[in-house]
Order: sequence, then C-alpha cells, then structure tokens
Amino acid sequence: MDVLFHNVRELVERAEQEGKLISEIMIEQEILITGRTREEIIQQMDRNLTVMEEAIERGLQGVQSVTGLTGGDAVLLQNYIKQGKSLAGDLLLDAVSKAVATNEVNAAMGTICATPTAGSAGVVPGTLFAVKNKLNPTREQMIRYLFTSGAFGFVVANNASISGAAGGCQAEVGSAAGMAAAAIVEMAGGTPQQCSEAFAITLKNMLGLVCDPVAGLVEVPCVKRNAMGASNSLVAADMALAGVTSRIPCDEVIGAMYRIGQSMSPNLKETARGGLAATPTGKAISKAILENGGLQSIKALQ
Amino acid sequence: MKFTSVFDIIGPVMIGPSSSHTAGAARIGRVARDLFGRQPKWAKIHLYGSFAETYRGHGTDVAIVGGLLNYDTFDDRIKTAFEDAKKAGLEYEFIPETANTEHPNTARLVIGDDEGEMSVVGISIGGGKIEVSEVNGFKLRLTGGMPAILVVHDDRAGCIANVANCLAMHEVNIGHMEVSRIERGLTALMVIEIDQNIEDKVLQQISLIPHITKVSKINN
Repeated sequence: MDVLFHNVRELVERAEQEGKLISEIMIEQEILITGRTREEIIQQMDRNLTVMEEAIERGLQGVQSVTGLTGGDAVLLQNYIKQGKSLAGDLLLDAVSKAVATNEVNAAMGTICATPTAGSAGVVPGTLFAVKNKLNPTREQMIRYLFTSGAFGFVVANNASISGAAGGCQAEVGSAAGMAAAAIVEMAGGTPQQCSEAFAITLKNMLGLVCDPVAGLVEVPCVKRNAMGASNSLVAADMALAGVTSRIPCDEVIGAMYRIGQSMSPNLKETARGGLAATPTGKAISKAILENGGLQSIKALQ
Repeated sequence: MKFTSVFDIIGPVMIGPSSSHTAGAARIGRVARDLFGRQPKWAKIHLYGSFAETYRGHGTDVAIVGGLLNYDTFDDRIKTAFEDAKKAGLEYEFIPETANTEHPNTARLVIGDDEGEMSVVGISIGGGKIEVSEVNGFKLRLTGGMPAILVVHDDRAGCIANVANCLAMHEVNIGHMEVSRIERGLTALMVIEIDQNIEDKVLQQISLIPHITKVSKINN
C-alpha cells in the first residue's frame, strides 16, 4: 500500500517540505488510503471529538465502575482545583482530572473513543480539553489535534505496538501520552520537528511501563496511569516548545519501545499475573471479583 | 501496514472498558455472524490467553454475544446482550481454554443453527482492530476492515477464474485475494477483499457456479 509516511522522520520531512501541519499530512493520507472525501473524514473526527467531550462531562459528574474499584476521583480533583491550592498548576491538574474522568467512564462501561485504546483513552482528550481553556482553539483546530495525535499513533501502531497485551502499558498510555504531546505542540504553534521532539521526550519517559491490571480489569492502575500520562505530555510539550530536543531520534525511541515490549515477560503484558496484579492486595481484589461475586465482597475488603 | 486508517488510532467509538477485550470482541462476534450469514441459534465461544483470564471483568462475554446479535462496538445494548440473546433465541456457552495461541487475545466461535454450523477464529490485535485467522479449519488473514467475500469450493481447475469473472462482470474490483486448501483436490477457500460492498444478487450468482458450496460476505 502506498502511504505518505512510514515513520516520524518521513512525516516531519513531508510537513516541512510542503509547509503543512502534521495534521494536514494525516488528513491527506486518510483521503489517499480510504478514497473518502475530506469532508467525510473531518465529519467522522468531529463526531469522535463530541464523544470525547461527552465522556469528560459525564466523568466530571462522578461515575462508579461495576466493580466499585474506580470512580469519583475526577470529581475530587476538580473540587481540589477550585480551592485554588494546586501545587502543580491548574491547567496540569485540569488535564489530569479530565483524563481520569474519561477513564472512569470507560471503566463504568460508558461510551468513549479509543485513543489509541480504551485503556489509554483519557490522555488525548484530557489534555485537549484542558489546553483548550488556555489556547482557545477553533473547532477545526481541535479536530486537527486529533489528526496530529493520530499521525504519531499510526507510526507507533505500525512500527511497534499500541496493545498492552503485546507491548505493555508503554504501548498504550505511553503512546497516548506521546501522541498528546505532539498535538499540544502543534496547537500551541510549534513546528512539525518540535511535535516530534515532544513525542520522543514523552515516550522516552514511559518506556518499560508494564501492563499489570488488577484482576485483569481496565481500572487499577490504568485510570491513574492516564493521569500521569497526561501530565507527562504537557511537560514534554512545554520542553519541546522551549527548544529542548531529544538526543535519541523519535523513530529510534519507538524502535526501543518495540524491543522492550518484545523482551518483557508475558506476566507483565495484560495477563494479570505480575506487577501490581500479583501483590497481596491485587490478588485479594481479584479473588473477590472473579470468584466471590464482586461488588459486595470488594466493599467488605475496604 | 497493519493499521491503515487514522480511525484505527483515534477510534473506535465504543462501550468500555477495553478496546481489545470489549470492542475487538464485539467485532469478532459480528464478523462471525456476517460470515455465517444469519442469526445463529447457538454459539460455543472458546476463549484463549488473556481473553480466557479476564473475559468477565472486561465484558468480553457480553461483547461477543452482542456482536453475534449484530451490535456495533458503540451500541449501548452490548450491556444487555445476554438478556437480548435470550429473547432472540440465541443460546451461548463460554469455554475458557488453557492452550497457548499465537496471539494472546484469541477467540474461537463455533456457531450454528438447524441448517449448518461454522467455526471462526478471531484475534484482537489492539485498539479494537481484529483479524480473522481461521474459518472452518482454513487458515487465512482477514482484517474485517475491508468488505470481503469468502467462497468455499471444491478444489478444481477453473473455479477461481469463474468467481473472478463473475465479479468482473459486475465491475467489482478485487483488492486482495488468498486461496487455501486443507488437502489437495478436496475443499478450498477463496478469501477475496473487494473495494465496495456487493449486492446479494452477486453472491447468489457466485453460489450458482459449479463446484461452489458456500458463499458468505463481510460488509464494511
């Protein structure tokens, strides 16, 4: 299949040579591959954006998962921000709370948009709707944010992995955080190369992240990992916009992630056999949910 | 390139909690239904690897049954799929397996009714994307991302040309094609990815070609 880019280097080169945004290259590639019109493609992304916004709104009102393991933290964070005591900064914590909101809705079997997966669905929208308050983007720019995220995710999915079962959590939340970082940079007016630096800096700091969900569920530690992924991407975006570069080129970081995923024990790749899932508490929660009929016994544990 | 569209990355819109274990599972169920060609009456759902270990908490079970009922990944009715199946007369059984499979998220669906049965192996490769790796014992690679037709036929000279001619007559362009057989001279399977969804009358015509025993399609 003929594509416009196979890796980040080709993506950035094409954007620079043609004087276009990364998001534009992604849109053009989508037209090329699917044969659909630009309008259809933009409309579909617009709908995905609406799903993201609705999930955040729902999460910020407070939800509980079926197991009772997660829910309500997004509300706690918003209340804390309102007290004006945030140490890390309101925008950062707002992104964190909105990422958490999305993942709490996901854990509660609500409707979300996978970005790139459901377990990592909080990072891209969480950062987007927090940065929105600062940069006041148009709807078109918000849609572009998703195409830029998608362009980097496309490279990772085809050259490494976006599956926790195949590559660990680095492949899910790590990829999502890198994708968000690159999109923030574009929205803030950075260059395509700076998008790539932000992606590389973010992913470098998510490498080796294991996928060890308690009881195999997309709840603990997934929800909080989305929170940290969101903050990681904001810091990396700021670093890239400040002119900081990654010593290891973006594509090589993606290659490193792939090889780390390959060499990771299967116990640490979504099997719920290692890491936090294998702690005494992790095992007790798992037993309560899978063997003893869930919610009531979990409440008894707490 | 395994992932071709930006909507493989930003999407699908889906019911949580897991793109590979919930959305991918729903798609495997739906593809199996498409290939079967109608609502099955019963389903034996074998789960392997991570699917087998975590299917209850991820809603993999309700998602696969939802898929068999023709629900999409974002259909809110996935949550009530068990009750809906009862109303629709679909009996199902889950069989967690311990065997190692090539991919950690694998399901083998054996579905059927009074008219016949079919076995479909689906794998969920991440982000809600799936591949069908086996149909009725035939190894194949089908992404479900493109419209496709599957043709079971006797392994005889001319069969493939006849099917290709029939498609050409209706101006259906073939994007990718694979032929596999379990044993020479017996039964073979054509997997044909096409550029657009085709009408049932074309399938009907293909099924009338000599030595063709079964034709099914996946729309997209």
